[in-house]
Amino acid sequence: MKILVCGPGCSNCTKAESIVKEAVADAGIDADILKVTDFAEMAKLGVLSTPAVVINGKIMCVGKVPAKNEVLSWIK
Amino acid sequence: MKEVKNINYPSAYDKDLPEKATIKKSANLFFNIGLIAAGAGLWYLVYSQLNSLADFLTYNVFSIQQGSRLGEAVHFFLYDTPKVLMLLSLVIFGVGIIRTFFTPEGTRKILAGKRESVGNVLAAFLGIVTPFCSCSAVPLFIGFVTAGVPLGVTLSFLIAAPMVNEIALVLLYGLLGWKIAALYLVTGLLVAIVAGWVIGRLGMEEHIEDWVREIRTNADNVPDNALNWNERLKAGKTAFVEIVGKVWIYVIAGIAVGAGIHGYVPEGFMASIMGKGAWWSVPAAVVIGIPMYSNAAGIVPVIQALLGKGAALGTVLAFMMSVIALSLPEMVILRKVLKPSMITVFVMVVGCGILLVGYLFNLII
Repeated sequence: MKILVCGPGCSNCTKAESIVKEAVADAGIDADILKVTDFAEMAKLGVLSTPAVVINGKIMCVGKVPAKNEVLSWIK
Repeated sequence: MKEVKNINYPSAYDKDLPEKATIKKSANLFFNIGLIAAGAGLWYLVYSQLNSLADFLTYNVFSIQQGSRLGEAVHFFLYDTPKVLMLLSLVIFGVGIIRTFFTPEGTRKILAGKRESVGNVLAAFLGIVTPFCSCSAVPLFIGFVTAGVPLGVTLSFLIAAPMVNEIALVLLYGLLGWKIAALYLVTGLLVAIVAGWVIGRLGMEEHIEDWVREIRTNADNVPDNALNWNERLKAGKTAFVEIVGKVWIYVIAGIAVGAGIHGYVPEGFMASIMGKGAWWSVPAAVVIGIPMYSNAAGIVPVIQALLGKGAALGTVLAFMMSVIALSLPEMVILRKVLKPSMITVFVMVVGCGILLVGYLFNLII
């Protein structure tokens, strides 16, 4: 599973990244978590507002920090 | 403020118990609506008593003499702080719910392929209600422009979004009355619409950075955003906790400075510097406002106090718009996607718009 967390690095984006990492650790699954900070990359993914979480190419959430439960429901 | 604190939002367990979920959700929704109604009643009760409460605290509890400078300042602070914070809580909760109906992707889909004039107007209005944080300005810009939203329309959106925001409007309403809040809303929208339209007319497309123009994105890529009312209410609460939690300190600091000016700066002191007679004060206010960066919460209380001491309304509004809409951090962010020539034009056009607003109000009021 490939998880991308998009964000230029403001506090919300950092928070989103750590929540995704926690969720992955809790679920005990094997996933690559990558932080996308390049705006061109984000635009190509279709992300307009940050923070955004993209799992296997599908945008799961944009413009908000997801709750851990939400992330768990996406990766299960 | 009580109405939002007390609400027991449905926990995430709802999702784990599918058989009970529907019944529990509707029960929860009624419960939440009941709490909001009760909270709104309580809110109104407290709000209507704020003036007498401030009177009582200032003149009876602290026993400061009525009419004294200290009394003026303390009363101003004790009345305006809870008033503004209560209004802010209410409006941010409401706007938080309204914003769940809009997403940047949805807004882009509305704006893509719109004709310029109509697009500029729509973009400025959508800029008020579409949720996005300032660090998203660049991906948003790229996403809009590469999906066929005209450059000028995109800029109308990006000018209106920070300038005409609910925090500025609530503070203007709470401290200066609905007329000035309405004036700010209308002129803020006009500046965003006209400045975006003018930049669109100038045909500046080649002044967008080249790598941006090579990207093509699709405006039909709109994520499914079907929320139920419980989730919308929860979004309102989240907005309240996040925004009020962040700006309350600016509000209090701003009102404290305002209270000091209110009580101690002599009447008419600002008239010579920021009054109508000083023609140069409007451009000076705009130029000084550009490098300054403050949110609306901190600047409005100061502005209110300046107005009370003889500063002209147009000058003060121009200053506020310049501080909020044209800021150096924003220029640095936009520089990633716009060439310097374009940034210059952007500042000039928006600055001229604000200048006109300033002169217009000094002339008619």
